Amino acid sequence: MCDTCGCGQPGDPVTIRKPGQENITHNHDHPHPHSHDHTHESEPSHDHGRTLRVEQDILLKNNLLAERNRGYFEAKKIFALNLVSSPGSGKTTLLERTIATLKQEFPIAVIEGDQQSLRDADRIEKTGVPVVQINTGTGCHLDADMINRAVHELDPKDQSLLFIENVGNLVCPALFELGEAHKIVIISVTEGDDKPQKYPTMFSVADICIINKTDLLPYVDFDLEACKQNASQVNSHLQFFDLSAKTGEGLDQWFEWIRKQVKPS
Amino acid sequence: MHEMSIALNIIDIVSSQARAEQAQKINQIELEIGELAGIMIDSLEFCFEAASKNTLADGASLSIIRIPGKGICHHCHNEIDVDNFITVCPNCGGFGVEITQGKELKIRSINID
Ligand SMILES: Nc1nc2c(ncn2[C@@H]2O[C@H](COP(=O)(O)OP(=O)(O)OP(=O)(O)O)[C@@H](O)[C@H]2O)c(=O)[nH]1
Ligand SMILES: [Mg+2]
Ligand SMILES: [Zn+2]
Ligand SMILES: [Zn+2]
Ligand SMILES: [Zn+2]
Repeated sequence: MCDTCGCGQPGDPVTIRKPGQENITHNHDHPHPHSHDHTHESEPSHDHGRTLRVEQDILLKNNLLAERNRGYFEAKKIFALNLVSSPGSGKTTLLERTIATLKQEFPIAVIEGDQQSLRDADRIEKTGVPVVQINTGTGCHLDADMINRAVHELDPKDQSLLFIENVGNLVCPALFELGEAHKIVIISVTEGDDKPQKYPTMFSVADICIINKTDLLPYVDFDLEACKQNASQVNSHLQFFDLSAKTGEGLDQWFEWIRKQVKPS
Repeated sequence: MHEMSIALNIIDIVSSQARAEQAQKINQIELEIGELAGIMIDSLEFCFEAASKNTLADGASLSIIRIPGKGICHHCHNEIDVDNFITVCPNCGGFGVEITQGKELKIRSINID
């Protein structure tokens, strides 16, 4: 039970704050039932009880909220990208490099998702762009409601580029739409070229696949072409960028792609 | 463990339906879960049991209907079985099968008292 408000929910210590903010408000989401959907049929069952047809998508609530976020982004011409990967593939490093180059060209804002700590938000803050950190506690993914609240805090400028760094996890974030324009899956060459076969759900919902840490290719058994082929088998629409967020190799193509999306000519 | 979020969503939806019908108890929940939906059934059952304590869904059994993955090949237009998202057509070897079935994540019905 939630011991702050006694609402009977399991404790859900989601917090949303900016670097330097320590007051953690009791601000978890309350999926208390308020809807009064009408069931359309009720048929007697010979067993006992009555059977009601429900026919409802389990993630309906998240999907509706994601649509609301999407509408907000469209109205403000905000281009939102959801970055998903295993822990440590280089999401924050890539963001640091990307922001350093592109912040002169258009406004950028960042939502950081981690289970604990402000570390990633602190790193982004040093680049000089607005950032909020979502700490999900035990939660393994961001959801549309957290993004809704974080965007409220962040208040990104019109026509900005909004990066959402999801919790490091290649499984769960695949199911939760946030209202983003694209999901971008990042893998690093130290993770093995069979990642797409092991985590096909994520590769199937992404539009872009970034293969990071190419500077380490000489030291690891990672077959770049085999990896792309494996990923394409799961999702034939995937577009790839190979790069090294450390050396900067391959970053230009990535920047070019972003520029085209943010300012369609 | 997103299965916990899924379980909470299920409990939320079925409780409001059951309450609207003045039900005392939910006996059974019938779910449609696609083979490609990314849900581990064992984990979902475990989370559901834990999260449903002291709700109308406490003690309800989950009746889970698995929906197999299917797709249509863009090249030869045949319907094929899709296992583990590998969308290479076994008929023509073409890439780019569109998944048409198997991602379901739905509550079909509930049985209440
Ligand atoms: N050699 C090499 N190391 C890299 C590269 N990109 C990131 N790293 C290193 O990889 C480690 C993890 O990088 P992060 O950017 O923190 O990764 P992340 O995906 O944000 O990690 P989480 O937020 O914990 O999931 C750090 O030690 C980085 O310096 C790269 O292109 N090459
Ligand atoms: Mg990070
Ligand atoms: Zn509460
Ligand atoms: Zn999970
Ligand atoms: Zn075919």
